[in-house]
Amino acid sequence: MNTSDTKRSWSWVIPTLYILFLIVPIYWLVNMSFKSNSEILGNFSLWPQSPTIRNYMVIFTDPSWYNGYINSILYVVMNTVISVTAALPAAYAFSRYRFLGDKHLFFWLLTNRMAPPAVFALPFFQLYSAFGLIDTHIAVAIAHCLFNVPLAVWILEGFMSGVPKEIDETAYIDGYSFPRFFVKIFMPLIASGIGVAAFFCFMFSWVELLIARTLTTTDAKPIAATMTRTVSASGMDWGVLAAAGVLTIIPGALVIYFVRNYIAKGFALGRV
Amino acid sequence: MNKTWNNKAWFLVLPVLLLVAFSAIIPLMTVVNYSMQDTFGNNQFFWAGTDWFTDVLHSDRFWNALARNLIFSFVILAIEIPLGIFVALNMPKKGIGVPVCLVLMALPLLIPWNVVGTIWQVFGRVDIGLLGHYLRILGVDYNYTQDPVDAWATVIVMDVWHWTSLVVLLCYAGLVSIPDAYYQAAKIDGASRWSVFRYIQLPKMKRVLLIAVLLRFMDSFMIYTEPFVVTGGGPGNSTTFLSIDLVKMAVGQFDLGPAAAMSIIYFLIILLLSWVFYTVMTSQDAKG
Repeated sequence: MNTSDTKRSWSWVIPTLYILFLIVPIYWLVNMSFKSNSEILGNFSLWPQSPTIRNYMVIFTDPSWYNGYINSILYVVMNTVISVTAALPAAYAFSRYRFLGDKHLFFWLLTNRMAPPAVFALPFFQLYSAFGLIDTHIAVAIAHCLFNVPLAVWILEGFMSGVPKEIDETAYIDGYSFPRFFVKIFMPLIASGIGVAAFFCFMFSWVELLIARTLTTTDAKPIAATMTRTVSASGMDWGVLAAAGVLTIIPGALVIYFVRNYIAKGFALGRV
Repeated sequence: MNKTWNNKAWFLVLPVLLLVAFSAIIPLMTVVNYSMQDTFGNNQFFWAGTDWFTDVLHSDRFWNALARNLIFSFVILAIEIPLGIFVALNMPKKGIGVPVCLVLMALPLLIPWNVVGTIWQVFGRVDIGLLGHYLRILGVDYNYTQDPVDAWATVIVMDVWHWTSLVVLLCYAGLVSIPDAYYQAAKIDGASRWSVFRYIQLPKMKRVLLIAVLLRFMDSFMIYTEPFVVTGGGPGNSTTFLSIDLVKMAVGQFDLGPAAAMSIIYFLIILLLSWVFYTVMTSQDAKG
């Protein structure tokens, strides 16, 4: 194994350089979040000269900031629960049965995952106005189902197709009813799939801004929209902006370790 | 897997159908409605037929935004796919390096899109950003808010930063599925590094690469938040992609008719691309 040994000794360089390229911009944001505004604008330094947590204190004490986080988390959790609950039986149907129009339906779901939110922003506003749902958490939660339900169906279908059909048949012979079989036997078998689907629904709802911003004004305004408003209005509070940005990265960073082996599968709609 | 024919499965699909129909079909009908009518306010609408479509298809604005978006998509694909393959080929196969690489590389994928924009907006600023500051010191006249070329470079590097990891992770997933026996056989045959890549690794990655190309193409085709935060579509219109243009038209100027007509055309393009994606995916599923 001569050649591969010499190769191995140098191959770490490329991933390291690539990771460095990924980390530096994030580091810069973290670095800024610990500086005061005068230091950010005044003297250029690679690390905070006089570290301060003032920026984080602003966010944790000002309701217009921390409510943004609460709003985001509320509608994201609602959306995740709705998406996964609705997607579970549908994914089972797609993975186990053929039925009238199944392929068309599966394709139609995909088009919604691929649809540009920009196309839907304005009609969504009018639709939810008509129902009096503007500026409520449930409005954003339902609107995000547009791309999250198809995503969850595709991911879960990918996982369910990996479970042999004999298990279903054995359970039915043993006298299990469908709901009991589904909850008691099938769901534990695809527990990791459910976790991955939930994670991706959470993530895509968390990162989306355009629709969430269009459907909210004050009471349900997400953190992402609070950030853009601060950029345009006061413009100069870079420290708080950086701190707010760092705080939005944390949910993803916390769970990333648990989903590391499924990230490719999740982004590829359960098809790797 | 051979599936049984059972039309009762419709009941299992019903909740999804209702939910997505509410979020997709009703809004889409509104758009179709607007695309064929004209209004002078007061909620009075007049039949406009296909006028708006003719207008949009004859306007430079639409074609320019489409061209910019296509160029953008092809440039990022040309960078992200080779770079992604290259990094994936050099990733460790076992040991502590694997989870470390996976976790760190996946990090940009999980950052909210507007924060990605914010990170690069700050990073590239000449007064307070690391990148802008050092480019200035190196003597590069860099300013993404005024120079279209710099704005393009920033948006492209940002997208490479944001999404190359997706290509890496997909390719890596394809690579680890290759049994060691293949490499040993290649070794016995005295295959060169290039032949190993060309005849063993590339065929195994074909499936995931196809997914990566399609996903990246479609997602870059509807990109909105990141360039909007960084450049706002400027300077001038130089980074105004389709979605940004559409939102400007619909929400900014409230030109409902043209905006709706443009939405429909945009959606039809996406529909076509989705069909390609679907065909590829399902034909691969059938192959196993």
